[in-house]
Amino acid sequence: MAPGVARGLAAAAGILALLAAPRAASASLGGDVSSVTVDWSRLNGVDRVVARPDGHVHEIRLPGGTIVREYLSAADVVFAVTWRGPFRPNLRQLLGGYFEVFEQEAQAARSRRPGRGPLVVRRPELVVEMGGHVRDFFGRAIALNLVPQAADAADIQY
Amino acid sequence: MKLPLATAWLSCGLAVATGCGGHSGSGSQLGSGSETRSGSQSSSGSSSSGAANSISVTVNSGPATIEYINGLFTSVTVCVPGTTTCQTIDSALVDTGSVGLRVLSSGAGGELSLSLPIETAANGNPIAECNPFINTYTWGPVRMADILLGGEQAHSAPIQVIGDPEFAAVPDSCSSTGGTSADTLEGLGANAILGVGVVPEDCGGICAESPTAANTQNPGNVYYECPSSGCEAAAVAVENQVQNPVSMFSTDNNGIVIDLPAVPANGAPSASGTLIFGIGTESNNALGNAQVLTMSPTMLSFSTTYSGQTYTSFIDSGSNAVSFLDSNLTNISTCTSTTFEGLYCPSSSATLAAVNVGVNGATSSVSFSVANAETLLSSGADLAFGDLAGTSVNGEYIDWGLPFFFGRKTFFAIEEAQAPGGSTPYVAY
Repeated sequence: MAPGVARGLAAAAGILALLAAPRAASASLGGDVSSVTVDWSRLNGVDRVVARPDGHVHEIRLPGGTIVREYLSAADVVFAVTWRGPFRPNLRQLLGGYFEVFEQEAQAARSRRPGRGPLVVRRPELVVEMGGHVRDFFGRAIALNLVPQAADAADIQY
Repeated sequence: MKLPLATAWLSCGLAVATGCGGHSGSGSQLGSGSETRSGSQSSSGSSSSGAANSISVTVNSGPATIEYINGLFTSVTVCVPGTTTCQTIDSALVDTGSVGLRVLSSGAGGELSLSLPIETAANGNPIAECNPFINTYTWGPVRMADILLGGEQAHSAPIQVIGDPEFAAVPDSCSSTGGTSADTLEGLGANAILGVGVVPEDCGGICAESPTAANTQNPGNVYYECPSSGCEAAAVAVENQVQNPVSMFSTDNNGIVIDLPAVPANGAPSASGTLIFGIGTESNNALGNAQVLTMSPTMLSFSTTYSGQTYTSFIDSGSNAVSFLDSNLTNISTCTSTTFEGLYCPSSSATLAAVNVGVNGATSSVSFSVANAETLLSSGADLAFGDLAGTSVNGEYIDWGLPFFFGRKTFFAIEEAQAPGGSTPYVAY
């Protein structure tokens, strides 16, 4: 459930000529391992690390129970983040340099899609999907250009 | 194209002094004293069926400037607590996927102009909320109101006022939760959201936990205290959170029933039905032969099996379409036009069959058709569609949106309430 749309809304200006480059160390998605440490601190979460064949996953359990997973490549670059729980986490923090374009695309997507439903943002370099309902919100963001060859987007679970 | 407002809702005469369907003035008088008000509301607000525990609901275009697709609307009356100073809000979206009443301020293009007292913390600070929805969030103060729905009343209920001019600045921590702000009429698409989901309050115990030395932030950035210095996330006791009005009724408070007629293939201009309060409490809300599917009390979801796989699912009257997995799993192509991105556009209508499975192990088969969304939405005056569907997130869950409700009586039993047929929370149909 989420407020919503209507037929006849003009497509919002979907012109997104410039994508801010992800800023390592200040961001999570697209950032390096140090950005993950920043996230533990800023999100106030409890962290554990799970190994993957091509890297590892930092799992951050937020105080409210939402679990955030940050997928890092073998080169320690965050190529995906996922979340699931009673609230959405701070996506500005998690998406870092990708947040602005995500917001713009979210506005455009919402103007286009005639309905209240899951939000899907697809760009050549970025996929963000989110959905849910009261007490259970989930989603994922993937920096497509950063996904290791060995990783499959379908493996990135919330 | 404009469709008429809910035809069976006869609120114009008594509840709103200054116009029906337009902007009503504040302070409309309903009667004198709560006893009288109750009687007035029964005659002004109850459905065509006349039962005190039911109200009419209509799938129509919603507010005058909106042409809402598959939006289930009703009217709700709010009053300054303990008084007869009330205002009726039209085009309130009936949403089983959220909890609590949220009303758009007239300052943000909505109808609410009634001045309602703000809820304050023990230290006197005003309380505000950043409430997440599926793809949006709403920001605004928690205010207190008596809520009148047909003959039922929720006294001194905390509600959210969206787009409240006194709380115009959205905290960064709220906007950072992503999605878009639904703090305008265009953003919300309705004058109010009437959240009647299966829990008594919108957030629950997690939002009542005070920050600790280890965790100095309140979780979730849902509730805030707003001293003059600015709004900061804060813990709010469960009973002070935005409440499901149904849980606050003195009777018929264990759940709801949404009864909607079937609509023809390829849609209808509108559809009218009934929202009934209570399950098994009156002659009009017996469970009958409905299959009870109990839900996970944390996720508020059950399971659906499709093609041998099991997925998380839920039933949400506030979603315009059924969100069902993805093209790889359904073999139904999505629309190529970006206007209809994420919706299914089969060349001819397809039929999907799935089995819903409750936590209690009960099963129920569901078969539904999926029409070409571009065809459905591109022509004619139709706004009610039983065959509108699209993809879901990562192809991993199923959101049975409003199309599911057509041609069914769907029951929602509220957590911790006693209801016939099974442990709560549950859905039954």
